[in-house]
This record gives sequence, structure tokens and C-alpha cells, in this order.
Amino acid sequence: MKLPDLTGLALRNLRESFLRNSLTTVGIAVGVASLVAMLSLGIGLQELASRRLVKSGLFDTVVVTSRRDLRNFGREEERNGPAPGESRILDEPTRQAIERLPNVLEASPDIRFITELRYEDKPHLTMIAALPDSAKSNDAFDGMQGKFFSSDIAPEVVLQKAFAEELLGKTRTPGAAEINVAELAPPLLGKELTMRYAQREVAIQPPLARAENPSGEEHDMAGAAYSVISREQKLKIVGIADLDPESMRGPTRARVFLPLQLAESLHVMQPADLREISQAANGQPVYSSVNVRVKDPKDVQTIEDAIKKMGFNTFSILDASRGLRQFFAVLYAFLAIFGSLALAVASIGIVNTLVMAILERRREIGIMKAIGASDGDVKKLFFAEAGAMGILGGIVGVGLGWAIGQVINFGTNIYLRKQELPPEHFWSVPWWLVAFAILFAFGVSLISGLYPAGRAARLDPVQALRYE
Amino acid sequence: MDRHTDSSLPNGAPAIRIEDLCRHYHMGETVIRAVDGVSLDVRGGAFVALLGSSGSGKSSVLNLIAGLDRPTSGNVLVQGRNLAQLSREELAKYRLHTVGMVFQSFNLIASMTLAENVELPMRFAEVDRAKRDGLTREALARVGLQARMNHRPSELSGGEQQRAALARALINRPQLLLADEPTGNLDSHTGTEIMNLIGEFNQQFGMTVVMVTHERALAERYAQRLIFLADGKLVGDEANAPAVAGFASQGEHR
Ligand SMILES: Nc1ncnc2c1ncn2[C@@H]1O[C@H](COP(=O)(O)OP(=O)(O)O)[C@@H](O)[C@H]1O
Ligand SMILES: [Mg+2]
Repeated sequence: MKLPDLTGLALRNLRESFLRNSLTTVGIAVGVASLVAMLSLGIGLQELASRRLVKSGLFDTVVVTSRRDLRNFGREEERNGPAPGESRILDEPTRQAIERLPNVLEASPDIRFITELRYEDKPHLTMIAALPDSAKSNDAFDGMQGKFFSSDIAPEVVLQKAFAEELLGKTRTPGAAEINVAELAPPLLGKELTMRYAQREVAIQPPLARAENPSGEEHDMAGAAYSVISREQKLKIVGIADLDPESMRGPTRARVFLPLQLAESLHVMQPADLREISQAANGQPVYSSVNVRVKDPKDVQTIEDAIKKMGFNTFSILDASRGLRQFFAVLYAFLAIFGSLALAVASIGIVNTLVMAILERRREIGIMKAIGASDGDVKKLFFAEAGAMGILGGIVGVGLGWAIGQVINFGTNIYLRKQELPPEHFWSVPWWLVAFAILFAFGVSLISGLYPAGRAARLDPVQALRYE
Repeated sequence: MDRHTDSSLPNGAPAIRIEDLCRHYHMGETVIRAVDGVSLDVRGGAFVALLGSSGSGKSSVLNLIAGLDRPTSGNVLVQGRNLAQLSREELAKYRLHTVGMVFQSFNLIASMTLAENVELPMRFAEVDRAKRDGLTREALARVGLQARMNHRPSELSGGEQQRAALARALINRPQLLLADEPTGNLDSHTGTEIMNLIGEFNQQFGMTVVMVTHERALAERYAQRLIFLADGKLVGDEANAPAVAGFASQGEHR
């Protein structure tokens, strides 16, 4: 029998005992719906978690340092890494090379230094860090008062809440209620700070002078000679970040933040300079470390490997993210098992319906065989009926699952709003899940149809026609 | 419907040959010999009646000829082909193309309209969709049911149902018509209608007809040969001059 005839017959047979078949189909639909609901909850939660993680800047960042790090120099690295002669300097061309690696969003030098800030003529010694423009999406700046830097070169600062308290002379006693950042902001925003810092100046010898120098070693030392000048820079307070100092991580581990390009242009003397400067033959800036932001946390490993191959040390919190992925894999498996269980129950419904149909349609099967239907025709007809119920149930089930998700999403967001938390979208039904669920329901139905279809095909027509 | 005359074997050659046919049923300890050593030749185009009391094995013989059942021993050869040697698949094909069957209880599919019932064998035979509608109409018109084609069997009288069953049996143009007490559930008037139709098909298209009945009078009116069964054995074989020989309607159609 040809496929259109087969499906036509199957559908008319399904219509014939509509109530029973639709109940069976609803059974499949409920199974599929629970599978879809479970999986899309899992997927949604994972998406939510990884969105959060990416925002935190924890899992998409690789910190690159030179192998000439003081702690390792001459010790571990000589044994494990390349010999000091091969290891390279983390300078501007290297930073650019790293930035050009595939899947790297940006590679920004980690500039941080301790210096004195004067506010209303009172000096405050603190750690200052430079932030690239991209840092404004970091969740460390959620709930910030004021705004982020107006440009990457603007003479502006963002203060960490604890430092703002210090400037206003509010010392927190342990156990006292936390001061709301909104109270700290009005007296400080728009005010000026004066930063006093040491500027290093690299004196580059003209090429001619270099060429005349016969000794390479001494030439480098001579060429990289620098002087230190004391400078002042006025900075405008534009933002107060509502951060708990204990929760600060990575590039945000400082109390005052400057725009990156501004910080670079100031040539502030940094602790590593004394050591690195001796290597800077070409007068390019040299960094003690570079923060590399990658497109996707899953790229971290390959990028780390690539940078290691270039001759640098790298550090990332990849292992933590791997653990997280593992957790979600287990969660998926769990949710999928529960979802599939519901579908398995539904498939028993299919078997039951079809076996009942065989008993009921014994005579019909006998007639079809008497007028020339082959075993295959009968088998295919029952398969088609099972498959049609599966596809119908799958489609209805996906719709139902999606609706359940929407309702839960809606309800939870009402709850979140009552808790004064921002709404979250933690429910996701990707297209592949829709296709997978329908195909899965179809497959399960066909498997459920195996036994009934085989039984119907083997039915003895003489027996089937003997009894009225 | 000319194919029947073209493709059927020349009159006189055996269309059906039955050799020492046995069909035994095992019911626990006892063996029921429903068919017990029957041998028989039926020539192409013949109209044969199988007679005997209830339980004598008539239906069993007919089902064996139809390829619905397999013999315990012995052979059934139809147009030289031994049914015992056919696979299940081949046997289904044989039933589909070579055999048309009608039953005492009509055996139409209750959930289908007459048109769908008549069309069904063409679906199994994978006849072109485009052709099926016309053929269905034609077949139903042939038995006078064109007006009822969208009715379900339950909406029709017994005679009408049996006519529809005949249309279905003939839709794939078989050479063999096997009828198991086709008038058993009908009053004598509608029974005569059905018998006239069967006789017509036999006369006009040269179809070989094997009809099971327990009514000797009916057999004598239509059949050319009467075969008697008792306890699964062949107990009589008589030539008969049908009362309705040389059908009045012959030549009227086409
Ligand atoms: N499937 C079966 N199982 C057991 N006995 C059967 C079966 N089919 C037929 N019989 C027996 O075989 C004998 C012949 O039956 P059947 O061919 O139907 O007779 P008829 O058609 O002449 O009335 C009967 O005794 C019947 O009971
Ligand atoms: Mg009988």
C-alpha cells in the first residue's frame, strides 16, 4: 500500500474511535509536555546561569602574565617552562597579537597601582585599577549610582562603596546596618579628586646611537633608561559602585577605577616596571599582566593553550566552569529521565489502545486479508496509526509544554517582582527541542506499535472471519 | 471488464486442481478432519456448486482454494500454481488479483462507505489514485448501487450489502469468484437477484465460480456441476443443466 493511502486509512481509522484515540493521544501529549517542560527548564536555568557567569567576568577571562614573573624566575620556570632566554616580554605588540587570536574579544593590560588621592585636602592611600570600556556590563557594577565613564579617556573615576564611605568619613561599625549606596552618592557625584602619582618616562635613544653601541646587553640597559617624575591629575567622580568588598573579584579588586586609556596615557609607575623595563628594547609599553576576554567560556581552554604556546603564563577559572557544566549535564539527565518516564507511561497507553483495536477490529483485519491485504499492509496500517498518534501527541505536547513554561515563567516573575528582584527569563524551548520532542514521540509510538502491529499482521483470517 | 475472457484459460483446461486435500484441526486429543482427502478438477469458466450439510467441510475447502488457509496435506493448484508453495506475501497477492470472495455475512467494513469498501482492494493493489474513483463508480453502477455509494453498510438492506460485496470482489478483475453461501442471509427474492448477478459474471466474463450452498434447488438452477461433501469427503459429483442456462441478460450489456 502506498504512503498516502496508508496515512489516509490510518487517519480515518483514528477518527472512527475518536474518543479512545484522542485520550491515548492526550496521554502522549502529557508525556511529551513533561519532557519538554523538564528539558526547557534545565536549558533555561543553564542559560540563566551562564549569562550570570559571563556577566561576572569570571569564566570568560584569561589572565596572562610573563614567565619572567619574579616568583617563578629562575626557579620553576627554568625547570618546567621554556628557558628564560625563550620566554617573551608581555609588551604592546604581544597584547595586540593575543587580541588577534580567534574568539578573543579584547586583551586589556592590567594596570593597577597604589597611590595617593586627595579629597577636600585630605590624603587617602588606595589601590587604583584601570577598567576597559567593556567592564560596564560586568555585574559588579549592577546597582551602581551615577554612571560609567563617559569615554575611555575621560578624567573620571568610579569609586567603590567602601572608599566612598571613607571619603565621607563614615566608618562602619561591625554589625551596624549597611549604608545604602544611594545615600553616599549625592554628596560625592560630580566632585573632584586629585591623584598624585609617579610617572615613568622611558628615554629612547635615537637609532644612530644604538647602532654605534657594540655590546647588545649594555645597549638594552642603556636604551631603556627611564626617569620618574611626580605628577598630579584631577579626576571627576562619576559613579559609586555598590559592591561588597569581600565579593570583589578579578579586575574589580580595587577601590577606585579609572578608564583604561586614560590610565595608559598617564604612564604611572607600576611595581613591575623596574624588572620589565630592562627588556623593553623598542620603547613599547610593557605590562605585568593582560586580561583577555573571550567570546564564550567554552573557548577559554583553547585560547589558554594558544597563549601558553606563545610563551606566557595563563590563569583562568575554567575548572569551576567545567564543574558547572558537569552539574548541568547531570541535571539534564535527571530532568530527561523524569520526562521520558512520563512518555514511557504514555507509550503503554499506545500499546493498550492498539491491542484493544486489534481485538475490536479482528473481523476487519480478517476482511482486509481476505480481499488481498498482505501481512505487511496490515502491519503498516497499525504502524501508521501509532505513528500518527505519536506525531499528533508530540505536537500537542510541545505546545502544552511551552504553555506550562510560560505560565511558570510568568508566575515566578510575579514572585520576583514582589521580592523587588529583576525579572528573569529562565525558560527556554529551543527549536531543536521542539523537533526532538516530536521525533521522540513519533519514535516511541512506532516502538509501541511494534507488538500490536506484528500481532495484527499474524492474525489468521479464517479464524477472524469465523465468528460473528 | 473484458480482461476475464482474454486472460482466462481456454475452456476445458483445469483452472483449479485439488489433489488429495486434507485439512485437520487438532482440538486437544481429538482430530477434526474438516477436509479429508478431496480430489477435484474444475475447468476454467465453470460454475460449480459445493453442496453438503452444515459442518461437512464446504467452507474449509473454499478457504483453501482462496489461499486464506493452508492444507494439512495435499495440494491446491490454481492455473497451474501450487498454492502450498507460495509465501505468505505471494498468497496475499494471489488473493488480491486472482480471487474474489463473497460471504454469507457480506463482510463489508462497517466504518467505511460502500465506495470506500469497493475501493479498498485497489488500494492494496496500488492502483493509480486517479483511476480508482471511476472504477469504483463503474463497479457500483454495475450492481445498481451508484446512488448509495456514500452510505455505510448499516444503512443498506442485506441484498444491497451483498451486491456491494460483489462489486468489491470483482474490482481487481479476478478470474475466480468464490462465494460462501452468498444467499444464506437473504430472502429468496433478493437471493435470486444476487444469484443472477453471479451467473451473469460467469457467463459474460468467463469467470470460474465456486459457490458453497446447502440449498440443492438453488445450485440446480445456476450451477453446471454439483459436488457433494459429507464429513470432509467428496461423496458425489454430478453434471447439471442449469435452469437459467444461457442467461436472458447475456449480450445485453456492452
Ligand atoms: N478453526 C477450526 N477449529 C476447529 N474446528 C474447525 C475449525 N474450522 C472448522 N472446523 C470444523 O471443521 C468442520 C467443517 O467446518 P466447515 O468447513 O466450516 O463446514 P461447512 O462450511 O460445511 O459448514 C466442522 O466440524 C467445524 O466445526
Ligand atoms: Mg460454512
